[in-house]
Amino acid sequence: MTGYEWIIPVILTVITAATPLVFAGIGELVTEKSGVLNLGIEGMMLVGAVTAFVTATVTGNYFLAVIAAAGAGAFMAFLFGILTLSLMANQVATGLALTLFGVGISALIGQDFVGQPVQAIPKVDIAGLSDLPVVGQILFGQDPLVYLSFIMAIGVSWFLYKTKAGLILRAVGDSHDSAHSIGYSVVTIRYLAVMFGGAMSGIGGAYLSLIYTPMWAENMTSGRGWIALALIVFATWKPSLVIVGAYMFGGITILQLHAQAAGFDVPSQILSMLPYVATIVVLVIISKDESRIRKHAPACIGKIFHPAS
Amino acid sequence: MSDTGSSTSSQHPRLELKGITKAYPGVLANDHIDLKVLPGEIHALLGENGAGKSTLVKIIYGALKADAGTIRWNGNLIDIANPHAARKLGIGMIFQHFSLFEAMTVTENIALSMPGRQNMAKLSKRIVEISENYGLPLQPNRHVHTLSVGEKQRIEIVRCLLQNPKLLIMDEPTSVLTPQEADKMFLTLRRLSEEGVSILYISHKLDEIKALCHKATILRGGKYISECDPTVETAKSLAEMMIGTDLKAPKHDNTKERGQVRLKVHNLNMDSNDQFGVNLNLINFEVRSGEILGIAGVAGNGQVELLEALSGEALCKIPEAILFENKPIGDLGPSQRRKQGIAFVPEDRLGHGSVPEMSLVENAFLSAYGQKQLISNGFIDTKKTKQFAKEIVENFDVRTSGVSHAANSLSGGNLQKFIVGREMLQDPQLIIIAHPTWGVDAGAAASIHQAIIDLAAKGTAVLVVSQDLDELFAISNRMAVIAEGRLSVGRSVQELSIEEIGLLMGGTSKSDSQKEFESVA
Repeated sequence: MTGYEWIIPVILTVITAATPLVFAGIGELVTEKSGVLNLGIEGMMLVGAVTAFVTATVTGNYFLAVIAAAGAGAFMAFLFGILTLSLMANQVATGLALTLFGVGISALIGQDFVGQPVQAIPKVDIAGLSDLPVVGQILFGQDPLVYLSFIMAIGVSWFLYKTKAGLILRAVGDSHDSAHSIGYSVVTIRYLAVMFGGAMSGIGGAYLSLIYTPMWAENMTSGRGWIALALIVFATWKPSLVIVGAYMFGGITILQLHAQAAGFDVPSQILSMLPYVATIVVLVIISKDESRIRKHAPACIGKIFHPAS
Repeated sequence: MSDTGSSTSSQHPRLELKGITKAYPGVLANDHIDLKVLPGEIHALLGENGAGKSTLVKIIYGALKADAGTIRWNGNLIDIANPHAARKLGIGMIFQHFSLFEAMTVTENIALSMPGRQNMAKLSKRIVEISENYGLPLQPNRHVHTLSVGEKQRIEIVRCLLQNPKLLIMDEPTSVLTPQEADKMFLTLRRLSEEGVSILYISHKLDEIKALCHKATILRGGKYISECDPTVETAKSLAEMMIGTDLKAPKHDNTKERGQVRLKVHNLNMDSNDQFGVNLNLINFEVRSGEILGIAGVAGNGQVELLEALSGEALCKIPEAILFENKPIGDLGPSQRRKQGIAFVPEDRLGHGSVPEMSLVENAFLSAYGQKQLISNGFIDTKKTKQFAKEIVENFDVRTSGVSHAANSLSGGNLQKFIVGREMLQDPQLIIIAHPTWGVDAGAAASIHQAIIDLAAKGTAVLVVSQDLDELFAISNRMAVIAEGRLSVGRSVQELSIEEIGLLMGGTSKSDSQKEFESVA
C-alpha cells in the first residue's frame, strides 16, 4: 500500500453515485428556470431506467438505450406539459401523480426483466492517458455518460447566461405575464424546457440501470429524484452548485457504504439515512439566506399561466 | 399639414382605425371604433373603466385580434399579427403594469424586447446614450427590483425608444409617478412629438391631458363618442363626455368641529417582513371623530406596511403604539380590532378584501358577522346575511346579476364598491380605506367619495391611503405624506399645495422636506 490506492476506487464510485443526480438536477433546473415545478423526476427517472434496460437487453446497443431513455423521459414530461401547461392543472399535484404513474408503469414494463444482468456500459480507454497513475483513471477512464453529464452542466450554464434563448427562458420563469406581453410564447418555451428536463431525468435513470447497478429492480431510484429536486434549491438554481451538491450526496452515499462494510457500531439504517439527512441539513442551512434564494429563484415557479387578457 | 410635405407620412395619418370591433362572450368591448393619429401628434384616448380603451390599444399592439375593422399604417392597409410585428412597424407600448423582469438587469430587460442577438456591452452603451439624450438617466447593470417605480418606467420608455418608434402607446403612465417625475416625462414626450413620433396617451387625469395632448378621442361603453381638442375643453366637460352625464363634485363641509381622538398612532416602528419592503420609522398621527385624514405617497414607500400594522395583519411589539379610543390595540389581531368597531378596506381587493371564489353573500358575512350579528346559535343566519348583501348591492350601486355570484365574477370597480359598501354599512367608529377608487371609473368614484364624506359627517373617523392626489384633495380634511417609511406632519388641506405634496412624496432628498419629516420624530 502506497497510501492513495484505496482512494481511487472510492472516487470512482462517488462519481457513479453522483452522475444520475447531475443529470436529473440539471434537467429540472432548466424546467424550473422556465417557471415550471415538475415533481415527477422520480417517475421520469424510473421510466428512463427501465426503458434503457429493456432496450439494452433486447438490442444490445447502449447508444440506442440511452437515446430511448431520454425519449421516454421527455415523453413523460410531455404528458406533464399537456396537463399543466395546456390544461392548466395544478403543477404540484400533477407532478406527484407523474411520479406515482412512473413507479407503476416502470414496474409493469420491467416485470420480466427483474434480476436479469446486463453488461455495464464500458468505460472509455484512451491509450496512454487512461493508464496514468491516479488521474488517468479518474479523468480519462470514465464511462461516456460521466463526460456527458459535465458537458450538459457546462452547456446549460452557458445557454442560460450567455445566449439570448437562455435569457428568454429565464425571463419566462421570472414573469410570464411580462414575457407574454412582450410577445414571447410562454407555453411553447415551457414545453421545451419541461421536455428537456424529462429527457435529462431519463438519462439519469438510464445511468442507474446500465452503469450504477447494471440491472433492473422496481423503484431502483430509491428517492434520488427527490434529492435532485432538493439539490436545485440547495444550489440556488446554479448549474455549477448542482454538480457540487450531487457529488456531496454521492460522496456521503459511498462513505456510509464503506462505514457499513467496516462494521461501525451504528445501525445500518441510520447510516443509509445519512446522505439524505446531510443533504437536507446543508440545504436548510443554505436556504436560510433568503435573499440568495430570492435573487436566483424563478419568481413564477409553480404558477399557472393564463394567457387571457 | 403643409403643402410642401412630400413624404407619405405627411399625407396620411400615421395610424387610422376604421370600424374596429371586438366581442367577448357577453360583452362588446369595442363596437365599430374609429381613430386617427397624425404624425407627431399626442393623442389622448379617454373613457371610463370598461369603455374599451385597453382592448383597443391591445389590438393596435397586436396582442389581441379584432373581429372586424381595418387598420391603416401610413396609409397602407395592414394586419398586425403579434407584438413582434407591431414593434417591427414601429409601434411601441408602455404598459400600465410594467412588463419588466425583476430579477434581471436593465440591459437584460431591454435585450429581451430587441430582435435578434445582442451584444450586451454595445447595448448597454446605447442605453446610456439614449437615456442621457432624452433626460431619462439609467444604470444598465442595476437589477430591476432595486429600482424605483419612476426608474422602472424609464426602462420601459428607453426600451421603446431604442427601436426608433413611430407610434408610442402609453397606458396611464403617470399613475405611479410623483408630479415632478411626471413633469419630467412630459418634457420627453413633447420632444418626441417634435421629432415626429406620434403618441397615443391613455390617462384618467384630465388636467394632464389638457396640458399635454393635441387631440382626444372619447370612448364610452365600447363605442366611439367623439373627437375633440382637449386644450379648448375643460376637465369637467371632458369628464362629462366620458360618463355621458353631469358630474357632481363631492360636497364637503370643512368648517365643522372635530370630535375626540379616535385613533392615535405613537412612535410606531415596524420592520417589514418583505425583503423589498419598507420599514416604518417613528410614525405619529391621530384621527379624530368626523375627520378624514389622507395619506399620500408613491407606492412602495411604506403604505403596505402601515396598513398591515393598522389592520392587525402585522402585530406591533408595543401595544401602546396604536391607541383606539385610548385603549392599546397594537397587539390585537384583525378580528379583535373589528370587534371594537374598526373597519378596513384593504388595498388588494381579491385576496385581502374578499375571497375571490366565494359568493358575495359569503364575503359579506366574513367581515360583518360580528357587527351585524349574522350568527344565530352558532350557525350562519343565511336570511339576514343575504339581506345584508342585498343592502350593500342596492346602496352602493354594485352591478351584478345576483348576490350568489362569486366575488371574482365582478369587475374590479364593482367589487370595490361592494367592499367599500360592506365596511361602511357596519357603522364603524373608525374606517381605514386603502385606495378607495383604484380602478373605479369617474362616476362611481364620485359616489364613493360622497359616501366617505357622509360617513365622516356622521362622526366616523376616516383614514384614507391613496396615490391619487386629486382624490385626497377632494375628500380629506388633513393630509400627510408617507415617504421611505416616514410620515410627514398632517396638515390642513387648505394650507397645502400640490407642489408641496409632490416634494414631500419625492422623499428626503430635499432639505425642506427633510425637516418636515424630522419635526415629527
